[in-house]
Amino acid sequence: MSDIGTTSEQNNLATARALASRGTYDRRARGIATRFFPPLAVLAVVVGIWYFVSYVIMNKQRRGVALPPLHTVIQKGFLTWQPKQGLRPILESMLTTGRVALTGLFIATVLGMLIAMAMNGAKWVESAVFPYAVLIQTLPILALVPIIKIWFGSGLTARTIACVLIAIFPIIVNTLFGLKSAERGHHDLFTLHGANRWTRLFKLELPGAMPAIFTGMRIAAGGSVIGAIVGDFFFRQGAIGIGRVIDNYQKDTRTPELFAAAIVSSLFGIIIFVAFGYIANRVLRTWHESERSEM
Amino acid sequence: MLTTQASPPRRAGAGGPQAPALTFDHVSMVFPDGTHAVDDVSFNVRQGEFVTVVGPSGCGKSTLLRIASGLTPNTGGVCSVDRDSIGYVFQDATLLPWRTVRRNVELLGELHEVPKNELSGKVEHALDLVGLRGHENKYPKQLSGGMKMRCSLARSLVMKPKVFLFDEPFGALDEISRERLNDELLSLFKSEGFAGLFITHSIAEAVFLSTRVLVMSARPGRIIDDIAIPFDYPRNSDLRYDAKFAEISGRISHGLKEAHA
Repeated sequence: MSDIGTTSEQNNLATARALASRGTYDRRARGIATRFFPPLAVLAVVVGIWYFVSYVIMNKQRRGVALPPLHTVIQKGFLTWQPKQGLRPILESMLTTGRVALTGLFIATVLGMLIAMAMNGAKWVESAVFPYAVLIQTLPILALVPIIKIWFGSGLTARTIACVLIAIFPIIVNTLFGLKSAERGHHDLFTLHGANRWTRLFKLELPGAMPAIFTGMRIAAGGSVIGAIVGDFFFRQGAIGIGRVIDNYQKDTRTPELFAAAIVSSLFGIIIFVAFGYIANRVLRTWHESERSEM
Repeated sequence: MLTTQASPPRRAGAGGPQAPALTFDHVSMVFPDGTHAVDDVSFNVRQGEFVTVVGPSGCGKSTLLRIASGLTPNTGGVCSVDRDSIGYVFQDATLLPWRTVRRNVELLGELHEVPKNELSGKVEHALDLVGLRGHENKYPKQLSGGMKMRCSLARSLVMKPKVFLFDEPFGALDEISRERLNDELLSLFKSEGFAGLFITHSIAEAVFLSTRVLVMSARPGRIIDDIAIPFDYPRNSDLRYDAKFAEISGRISHGLKEAHA
């Protein structure tokens, strides 16, 4: 009897636990549904319009050139793997462009942070350099293409320089803002205890600037990807980048693969952006207010 | 000894056991914008004395501490104190948010280049003194206001300052936390034996903590009353309800009202 009693109690417990966990499961499922349903619905509508335009508005000839249906894009752009066709050339060129973008971002980050530190260290450096930092930002990159070509040729170096030019401004501005955001009370404390300029920089200003620097890197990463793709169009020597592939497919009216290449390069931009968000969160979440500590 | 003015009038016996740890001698402060913050303030704080300055807000109380610490150079008179041995507790705990409690308490030792092995013992001791044991690895954002202040105190205690300056450190805390920290501060005062200069606008806090209370007038700040507090240490929390305590508080309160008028 007692055995049976225990078993039924255990059963009851198990049932209760199952119910409880189903409750949390339901809630979580609902959370996921409300979070993912709206964007998925928008996607479905867009695909619907895509097919409608492709099949109802366009005739067969225009369809193939201007807007191939989604399944053609997937089949020709993603499911084909040939040396000169389908996903393979797209991914290979993306790799080249991605490398250029990340190299450019790295150089821009190091250089931009050094410049910002110098500007933070001396008022005269700041007032001397700032107008030119803004100038770099406002100059249309295309206007600089011929000059870059003359100085650095048309290879990977020129493309990397295009990335640096685009990416460096957000790094400088955000780092400078971060370095200057150290509180007065903290500065007083460091002054009181005889901290020199370098101690102040490395123990107070730079760690405090990390959130702003990550923000700058995130913005710069997006710019760097754009810079690398634009660079592919204009600096056509050396390894082929995705921009060049996109350009070729447009000229050869290989529209399904053109779409696939555009989608892949967009995905790359998104991945970079998300990755930097993730890294920033990992590094800062222990102490920074804006980063959630539980994830 | 550092002084903020050339040719300080050194008294005979300076450095002796009875020499003041902190001296204000006809100190005045006029800011560049013409604000006359402090006017002709003279007083001493000796080792083992705890002096509190009360006064209306904006009367230049905090300026006194900034002058004493050297953060703001005074424009008149002489302020002399051993600048290498000052602890300064700010209104805000000013903890570095990216450092844990322990790393925050280590900060001043790092700035003064105290050797690592020597520092760690001092840090542990300071953490014990303020009761932060068990919270060493927390970040400031995980701490309550009272714990942040304890951490800030511990940070200064590591350097064993002879003169401790407090700029309304408990102003932002609730009443219970504030009274508890008052008790803890008094036991630190007795065990560490520093000279304390405390700023507050709470009369009860001033009377409870101090050996002497100075009342300051509205701007430009002058000392208008100097009251010796006759209670012995250690002081019990119930002292706050003592008749004599109320009488002294009343005198300070009247002084403050006159100062406002």
